[in-house]
Amino acid sequence: MSDKVGIVIVSHSPEVAKGTADMVRQMVGAAVPLAHCGGNPDGGLGTDVAKIVTAIEDAWSEAGIVLLVDLGGAETNSEMAIEMLPEERQAKAVICNAPLVEGAIMAATEAWGGASLAEVRATAEELSPA
Amino acid sequence: MSDREKATASAFMTHEVGLHARPSVKLTKLAKTFPAGIQLALSEEGPWIDAKSIVRVMAFQAPQNTMLYFRAVGDRAEEALAALVKLVEDDFEVEVGGESA
Repeated sequence: MSDKVGIVIVSHSPEVAKGTADMVRQMVGAAVPLAHCGGNPDGGLGTDVAKIVTAIEDAWSEAGIVLLVDLGGAETNSEMAIEMLPEERQAKAVICNAPLVEGAIMAATEAWGGASLAEVRATAEELSPA
Repeated sequence: MSDREKATASAFMTHEVGLHARPSVKLTKLAKTFPAGIQLALSEEGPWIDAKSIVRVMAFQAPQNTMLYFRAVGDRAEEALAALVKLVEDDFEVEVGGESA
C-alpha cells in the first residue's frame, strides 16, 4: 500500500472521470494511488454511492484520500460514500472544494511529494476563490 | 551568519509553449525531491515564488524564450539547482521518476 495520499475522481460522466484520471496519470505518474468513477447505476449521467465507495477502496492509502468531485450530486453522494466507510477511515477521506481537473492535478502533484492529507487538500483548494 | 548552503542559477527556457501544465508539474516534482527551499523568478530581483508549490508554478505562466532564475537554501541546494537547470535546458524531456525522495 502506498504511503502517499490517494486521489479519487468523481464525475457525473464516466468519460470525464476517466479523462481526468488519464491526465493525472500522464502528468504526475503512477506513484500516487488513483481511482475514478462516474455515471449512475444504469450507465447514464450521474453518480452512484456504491461506485464511489469502490473507488475509495481502490485508491485507499493509510495517509488518506482526497475526493475531487464535479457538480451537486457528486458531492452529496461522495459524502454518503464516506459515511459508509469503516469509522476509522472516515476521518481520512475528505472532499476538496476545487475544480475537478485542476484540483486533481494539483492534489496529485502534492501527494506525489509525500504531503499530508491536510496539505494535499489545501493545495487543491488554493485554486478556489476565497 | 548562517552556514546553510545557498545557491543561485538561471536557465534559458525555450520550451515551445513556456512553463505550461506539464512542464510545471515536472519542475515542481523535481523540486520536491530536494530538501532545500527552492524559489523561482523571471528576474534576479524577483518576485520569487515557491518552486515546490504546484499552484504557484502553474500560475506563474512563464512564456517561451525567457530566462528562469532559481535560488535555493538548505541541504543539497547546489545539486537541486543543477538538476532544475538541466530539466529546463533539456526542454523538460527528462522523466521525473515515479517515486519521491
